[in-house]
Amino acid sequence: MAENNVILSVQDLHTSFTTDHGEVMAVNGVTFNLNEGMTLGIVGESGSGKSVTAYSIMQILEKNGSIKSGKILFKGEDITRWPEAKMRDFRGKKCSIIFQDPMTSLNPVFTIGWQLKEAIELHTDRKGKAAEDRAIEMLKLVGVNEPEKRIHQYPFEFSGGMRQRVMIAMALACEPDILIADEPTTALDVTIQAQILELMQDLQKKMKMAIIIVTHDLGVIAQMADEIIVMYGGRVCERGTAEDIFYRPAHEYTKGLLRSIPSVDKIGQRLVPISGTPINLLNLPKGCAFCPRCDQAMKICLEQQPPETRTIDGHLSSCWKAIEEEAAAGLIDLTGPDGKPEDTSKLAEVSEKD
Amino acid sequence: MFKYIVKRILLAFVTIFIVCLITFFTMNAIPGGPFAGEKAKSPEVQAALERRFNLDKPVGTQFLLYMKNLAHGDFGISAKTGREISATIGTKFKVSARMGIFAVILAVIQGVFFGSIAALQRNKWPDRVIIFVSTLFTSLPSFVLGSFLLVIFSVKLGWVQAWSPQHQSLILPVLSLAAYPAAYITRLTKTSMLDVLGQDYVRTARAKGVRSSKVLFVHTLRNALIPVVTYVGPMIASILTGSLVVEQIFTVGGLGNEFVQSITNRDYPMIMGVTIFLAVFMVTMNLLTDIVYKLIDPRITLE
Amino acid sequence: MGIEKESYNPDQTPKKHALSLQLDVSKFEKATDEEKKQADVMSESSSFFRDGMKKLRKNPLAVFSIIVLIIILATIIIAPHVVPYSYSQIITVDGRRDKSATNMAPFTYSKMEQAYMAKGGKVFPHIMGTDELGRDYFIRVVYGTRISLSVGVFAALIVLIIGILYGSVSGYYGGKVDLIMMRIVDVIYSLPDLLMIILLSVVLNEVIKPSGNGFLAKLGTNMISLFIVFGLLYWVGMARLVRGQILTIKQNDYILAAKVSGAKGSHIIRRHILPNSISVIIISAALQIPSAIFTESFLSFIGLGVKAPMPSLGSLASAARSGITTYTYKLIFPSIMIGLITLAFNLLGDGLRDAFDPKLRR
Repeated sequence: MAENNVILSVQDLHTSFTTDHGEVMAVNGVTFNLNEGMTLGIVGESGSGKSVTAYSIMQILEKNGSIKSGKILFKGEDITRWPEAKMRDFRGKKCSIIFQDPMTSLNPVFTIGWQLKEAIELHTDRKGKAAEDRAIEMLKLVGVNEPEKRIHQYPFEFSGGMRQRVMIAMALACEPDILIADEPTTALDVTIQAQILELMQDLQKKMKMAIIIVTHDLGVIAQMADEIIVMYGGRVCERGTAEDIFYRPAHEYTKGLLRSIPSVDKIGQRLVPISGTPINLLNLPKGCAFCPRCDQAMKICLEQQPPETRTIDGHLSSCWKAIEEEAAAGLIDLTGPDGKPEDTSKLAEVSEKD
Repeated sequence: MFKYIVKRILLAFVTIFIVCLITFFTMNAIPGGPFAGEKAKSPEVQAALERRFNLDKPVGTQFLLYMKNLAHGDFGISAKTGREISATIGTKFKVSARMGIFAVILAVIQGVFFGSIAALQRNKWPDRVIIFVSTLFTSLPSFVLGSFLLVIFSVKLGWVQAWSPQHQSLILPVLSLAAYPAAYITRLTKTSMLDVLGQDYVRTARAKGVRSSKVLFVHTLRNALIPVVTYVGPMIASILTGSLVVEQIFTVGGLGNEFVQSITNRDYPMIMGVTIFLAVFMVTMNLLTDIVYKLIDPRITLE
Repeated sequence: MGIEKESYNPDQTPKKHALSLQLDVSKFEKATDEEKKQADVMSESSSFFRDGMKKLRKNPLAVFSIIVLIIILATIIIAPHVVPYSYSQIITVDGRRDKSATNMAPFTYSKMEQAYMAKGGKVFPHIMGTDELGRDYFIRVVYGTRISLSVGVFAALIVLIIGILYGSVSGYYGGKVDLIMMRIVDVIYSLPDLLMIILLSVVLNEVIKPSGNGFLAKLGTNMISLFIVFGLLYWVGMARLVRGQILTIKQNDYILAAKVSGAKGSHIIRRHILPNSISVIIISAALQIPSAIFTESFLSFIGLGVKAPMPSLGSLASAARSGITTYTYKLIFPSIMIGLITLAFNLLGDGLRDAFDPKLRR
């Protein structure tokens, strides 16, 4: 896949929040590329830094949060250096986001139409009536019935699924290149979930945009994503295609995640939860973030962060256990001579060839 | 909506009726009636007075008569001056109302302004200073503040002349009246603003690319001011009762002054008249606030 | 995938190096549980209460208020035993009443006192001077603070007790009971409370004549009526708060769990609902104290306060207005006390709320 197809490239992103208890290091060196028209899934449990990564891209972090280091390249330009005015044009026009809870994401005191029109008038030349027509058109597109009537209604008059459709309509009204969906279906009923996901895929084809879908729901990821990154403790622990992650997981955390989800072919078997509690982001361990909860943890896991290496089948994971297994099979040389650690960003590209 | 308003108006009437009931019967419970303690009168004069004030009839009938007169806007006459109470209330209330309106406007503007700044500068020094000062002002009774203002600016510095019918300077009374509600609104606005700033829809607005000033004034303030609006009704009440003492201190000849005078003089018909008048006024204000509140917040479903 | 795959051929010499670091192969041993535990640096586990206390201690304004309140409390408890003057008596010098010692500035002495001191007698200084009747002002302010504080605390207690009882019954039983009880609250809530207090004070003043020489009799009928009015009117805010808390908590699943396991209504209120709402209720009660002190001082100001010669901060401030231009200090001292007490309670209430209100936690 050629370099120029990369629309968004996040490189070694570090984001943290200052709180009463100290600095919460939510994202610690996340790197990934997003290609035009593709879907990237970011999966992880609560506190893994997946949503913060999404908010960092939009630069809509809470006041106490900030990007500490790293680059976010949009079409080759580092948007972390953009001034606020330019950033405003990025948000909503180049890149839109929809949130987890459609019940609270719309302003309760303004009509749906008003809120849609605001987004449209902000980023396009359509004003007044033209903007309203566009709003109606968008509502029709996302499957809201009687849009002419409904634009005059308030959010509380909409159901959860309908509100999420409105959010999608608002996000896509200015035809952005990227749509970030932060847990878009978590707050919805299962049947509605499927509808919303289908709608997103459908619109992705129509509008040719790239999607970053952030979720803890492996089912959603499996349905949507072309490529998946698995996050834990603000770091990427494994990345690859859906097949890589689901059938050939290399990282112990990914394996644990897969063991803990119910599925039809596991009927009669016990689900295996991941023991322990999520990592404390105030005090990151020196070594692998997951090792306190890892059954396979080794001494080196406590002392050194695992580098990102290629697994036998060619996707990337950051796990000492996986490295050890490969070494045991004679695939890699652990005590070998010098040579620089591989550039993880390059590795990421390679993995896409898989 | 209509049903709700009707319900609220009915409740208001019940409240006013109860106020009248309490006022009337507590006043009647005082032994000796309103004319005891006055100079000794001849039995004829006493009887005539009692007839004039319907005191010769049973208490229940007296109450009904009083309510009937009240419905026509007749509060009776003052036991002290013999003047029409409704006329006195009318003239005195104008003075109080003028002072009150200025105080309300000042309190709201000041409170919303400083409250917003405190919320936006959360945990930085402007926030701390504003919150400390407003807590300080909510800790000072209006008569203490009023007395100090009078001593400092009127007596010691001589900048502001005290109130007199010829020179109706309202600066100091308005300041001491507005201090408490302004401080209260500041704190209320801050809390409410912080709450709204943490809401998802504010994040949505930012994510849409709305400029931060518009996020603040349109998306945040509108929602944050809803609880402030609900305070305006009770605030008018507090300003009115506050004016009882402030008018005393600055010798403003308003309704509050009249009320305190009537208490000192044991002028019972006057006390009753002013109490009922103020109660009706407050209940009406609260009613209006409630209705406005329902109007500006579309989420509230009206049963 | 093809190109990459070749390098994994186990027959060939591995070409790929995992890293530049020289690794100790012995490190690839299983880590023990202890080692894992060490790596897992947990944040201090803390209970709700301990965490709240920590937050409270870190809040300088709350700490300041606690210190101020402790100092005030200590002063009003100790001072009457140390200062040899009475709040109701003109100061006496060497056994004789000193009628000239009126309106003295702080730390000054009257002619009689100066003469007595010249003879070698000891005179306790008038820390805040004397009032227009020649009484030591400091001791009057001390007693005034006593009265105002007890009025505040007592009134808050009344409000707390009635409010909790009424609110919890209404909130817990719900339905028709709740509807009727809340209508009553609505009506009382919309009564203009201060006007009602004034009215009742005027009337009760004439009606009640407390007998005996107890504390209440010394306070006078106005204070009794103030308490009555608090008992009649002021609890409604608290009742609403308690009811709201209970309604919110009632919806939690653990109440359902308790019900399913057969717990009785009173048990559920005591063991589940109150502990979960108590912080909010106590904070609100703490904020009742300054409000009651305010009301008392307001009543004293319009002449419906405590019975003379008993002072309250409000009546002292009110009395001081007559000589305000010449004897400003007489207004300043009680005013500062009112301000300090209400400020301390307000700041403390805020601090408690920041530290303990579950809704403000993140």
